[in-house]
Amino acid sequence: MSEKKIFSRPKTLKDAPFHFCPGCHHGIAHRMVAEAIDKYSLREKTIGVASVGCSVFLYDYFDVDVIEAPHGRAAAVATGVKRARKDKIVFSYQGDGDLASIGIAETVHTANRGENITIIFINNTVYGMTGGQLAPTTLLGQKTTTSPYGRDFMQDGYPIRMTEILATLEGTAFAARVAFTTPKNINMAKKAIEKAFQFQKEEMGFTFVEILSACPTNWGLNSIDSMKRVEEEMIPYFPLGIFKERKAADVL
Amino acid sequence: MARIEINQSLCKGCALCTLLCPEELIKIGNQINENGYFYAVFTENGSCKGCALCAKICPDVAIEVWK
Amino acid sequence: MTETRDLVKGNEAVAMGAIDAGCLYYFGYPITPQSDIPEYLSYHLPKVGGEFVQAESEVAAINMLMGAASTGIRAMTSSSSPGISLMQEGISYIAGSEIPTVIVNMSRSGPGLGGIAPSQGDYFQAVKGGGHGDYHLLVLAPNSVQELYDLTILAFELAEKYRNPVMILGDAMIGQMKEPLLREPPGEIHEYPKEWALTGAKGRPQRVLKSLYLKDGELTAHNWKLHQKYETMKESEIRFEELMTEDADLILVAFGSAARISRTSVMMAREAGMRVGLFRPITLFPFPEPQLTAMAKAGKRFFVVELNTGQMLEDVKISAQGNQVDFFGKPPGALPTPEEIFEEIKKIYPES
Repeated sequence: MSEKKIFSRPKTLKDAPFHFCPGCHHGIAHRMVAEAIDKYSLREKTIGVASVGCSVFLYDYFDVDVIEAPHGRAAAVATGVKRARKDKIVFSYQGDGDLASIGIAETVHTANRGENITIIFINNTVYGMTGGQLAPTTLLGQKTTTSPYGRDFMQDGYPIRMTEILATLEGTAFAARVAFTTPKNINMAKKAIEKAFQFQKEEMGFTFVEILSACPTNWGLNSIDSMKRVEEEMIPYFPLGIFKERKAADVL
Repeated sequence: MARIEINQSLCKGCALCTLLCPEELIKIGNQINENGYFYAVFTENGSCKGCALCAKICPDVAIEVWK
Repeated sequence: MTETRDLVKGNEAVAMGAIDAGCLYYFGYPITPQSDIPEYLSYHLPKVGGEFVQAESEVAAINMLMGAASTGIRAMTSSSSPGISLMQEGISYIAGSEIPTVIVNMSRSGPGLGGIAPSQGDYFQAVKGGGHGDYHLLVLAPNSVQELYDLTILAFELAEKYRNPVMILGDAMIGQMKEPLLREPPGEIHEYPKEWALTGAKGRPQRVLKSLYLKDGELTAHNWKLHQKYETMKESEIRFEELMTEDADLILVAFGSAARISRTSVMMAREAGMRVGLFRPITLFPFPEPQLTAMAKAGKRFFVVELNTGQMLEDVKISAQGNQVDFFGKPPGALPTPEEIFEEIKKIYPES
């Protein structure tokens, strides 16, 4: 019996090493998005929208056409791309500061219009690129470079749950929150990302996958303790699961 | 019978693969690569089942799996 | 065959021009005094296979425009002063990413909420940048309904020619007034090569539209490349109109609505036997500096009239190279009358 390669780099991912820090989950998320694009043979018709933050270099890793959006505006840019090219697959890839803080208006209205795009949302409870400041998703008590005494709800409010918010909107076809903490969760994450792209292919409406991710550098933890933090501190506040899944019959 | 191959240059030594391998076949070695990271090393002893969990968790897509 | 002219509102002329230029997508947010543009296009774009999207804000609108135009189709937005301020971030990114777009500013008055009266207080914002970074818009300043239509068509062409955002700077007066319009769609739309357009990397390498350049020397080179483009515009795209400047001792310099009023004042001065002319820049960037400098060197004096406290005045002073430049400014609130300007002309008209 001859040996077969059963796991290798997806075609949509270029042969370029990631600039991400050791143990950062962006790389896992990148790979899964590329695998979903490969699964449905979408590479040649996909247009990606890069956001501002650690994920800005999307175009260095994904072998697809990419436009770089201003901070927080990726959903609006994606709306424009998709309206103009309905036959293309359009996705944006955004962090928590980008999507849930400065870009929350664009995010909510894009979902509410039911734009047939996919947003991959990386929630790591902190601003990465700018050096570990308070994010809208920073957990209560979490110390960041701008919440040195820990997040206090009297001062900064509570961490925002984007998937739950977007799931309430009629335009949203699919909204899920996933993580990479266990083999089961990894499989669930892969399926959710695939489902989002499948839904877009089937023109079901707005699709959204929130990925709870580790930022070892800005958390001041090693990769393994960071993974534990996602499991033990983030998941209890940001529960995993599919919060909205439209059936074809739901589409008016 | 299965095996994995770790791309030493891509590995940043985060050790997530060592956490997930059910057979504990991966360890962080004592050699550094050109980027200054102690990279992960696979021990081939015939017990790898090719579950690919190491590859699925690798943030640097540095692992390939054969079965 | 007789030419049929329709009585058309300025804002609608912009919308008609856009449709006749092959614009298929509009993204915008309501704001007085330009809402006729989105209203007209929301009705007419679907009829030509295009789409109208009412955005949640001007911030979203300019970014939707950026996304749509990145795919190589013709698209536009319009707004008025406060809304254009909100768009400045996106405009900077569009200029940096070199995406052809048309942006209409039917300006009102500021600062802040200001008012809805006509004003030319956005000259600096339009001509000198507005957003962050070292960039320019190509700025067209129509002064009639016909020109709104014609320059809108031209704007789409120039945007593609230079891969640059083009702004049409009108105001509440130009946008709201009605005049006869001869609607003559261009026979054929010139197709510029679009090797940059995002259409999916099928059978070709990936394309990227971005404004982030971190590698050593990249951003310097990018800035110089943009600069070169603006220099080319200065060589090739300056547009202006002259009225009785040849024998004039005093030349009024005014654009847009201020130029309409000034024209009457010039006629009044001529009737009174004064050799007065009018120079009207149609492109505010590139500014007709060489033309004004040549006139200054020939001994002409300039009299700048603006609906603000003196913005284009600075560019005219640079062009005049030390010659005396007089100014009559009218900040928003009340438009100047031709008589008012004529009175000023009488005060400064050179004796002998």
